[in-house]
Amino acid sequence: MGVIERDSVAVNPRLPIHPSGNPTALATKTGSPGFVLTNLNRLVNWSRSSALWPVTFGLACCAMEMMATSAARYDLGRFGAELFRPSPRQADLIIVAGRLSQKMAPAIRQIYDQMADPKWVIAMGDCASCGGIFNNYAIVQGCDKVIPVDVYVPGCPPRPEQLIDGIMKLQQKIMMEGIYVPAQG
Amino acid sequence: MSIEAKPEQAETADTRHPAAQRLDAALPGALHRTLEQRGQTVLVVDRERIRDVLASLRDDPALQFGMLADLTAVDYLGMDREPRFNVVYNLLSFANNNRVTVKVEVSEGDEVVPSVTPDWPTANWLEREVFDMMGIRFSGHPDLRRILMPHDWQTNPQRKDVPLGEEPVAFSDNVPPNEPA
Repeated sequence: MGVIERDSVAVNPRLPIHPSGNPTALATKTGSPGFVLTNLNRLVNWSRSSALWPVTFGLACCAMEMMATSAARYDLGRFGAELFRPSPRQADLIIVAGRLSQKMAPAIRQIYDQMADPKWVIAMGDCASCGGIFNNYAIVQGCDKVIPVDVYVPGCPPRPEQLIDGIMKLQQKIMMEGIYVPAQG
Repeated sequence: MSIEAKPEQAETADTRHPAAQRLDAALPGALHRTLEQRGQTVLVVDRERIRDVLASLRDDPALQFGMLADLTAVDYLGMDREPRFNVVYNLLSFANNNRVTVKVEVSEGDEVVPSVTPDWPTANWLEREVFDMMGIRFSGHPDLRRILMPHDWQTNPQRKDVPLGEEPVAFSDNVPPNEPA
């Protein structure tokens, strides 16, 4: 199955995508959106960012901190993200929590491809961001060699507050998105 | 076996670990030598008879080494030791609370060892790990393939002549990279 690469964002061609290639776009608009559609844009962004459903992708020690983040003290449910979906097709966020080994790399690519648009990626921890302390044959030096990443959360492991900060930054990034693509010509 | 031995038996008093004595009695010629290292006993045995050696250590009623605790390999490249590889079997006896290490010497170019998987099921994945990391084949293994690295990986990473596979780190002028030995 072919995967189209546009500006390092891979798009599954079998899903309906906007002709411009922007995976979060909903419609083409000639002229400026105006009051109603701008607020509809904000509403869509708010609803997308307030209910991010992650897919369970804890690989190593960072998964412990991800579990602690969704547990009682640091409650990820406050942000609407308490529902970790086991199936990537039902999730819109993948938190890569832990070391990505050479053997696991094709699997994470497949899981990322199975997620429906719009989708975002958080690289949690040093190993997912850059390979961490493991600069060797077995560990992929950063999951961004395999999938595109939106937010990097440094730490070894990052404390739950740091992961929550990363998720909030992702929410701000989602709030800045435009669901309207200007019409050509 | 005791210091009160008669004079004509003194020079043949066997002070070895009971595992070494009984193994030598049961399978003469299989035991090449015994090493005592920091309170641990290491038996260096014949490669072709490793299955019989481990079975003897397990079935002997006085020894009862019923558990294969670990199966691993060592690469002595660069240390002026011949042969290059040792395959190491660690046995544990629950009944006697005793451990013994059994070693098989493997020289470079002839890296085949009989598999002990038919007798010890836990050796299945342990031998796959040795095959993946050191490249030592186990004849008679039911499913010998890579276990840690991807199936199409080309090298045996734990061998001492295989480089670590580091990536150069940008802007690290003040920190020298690790040099391979």
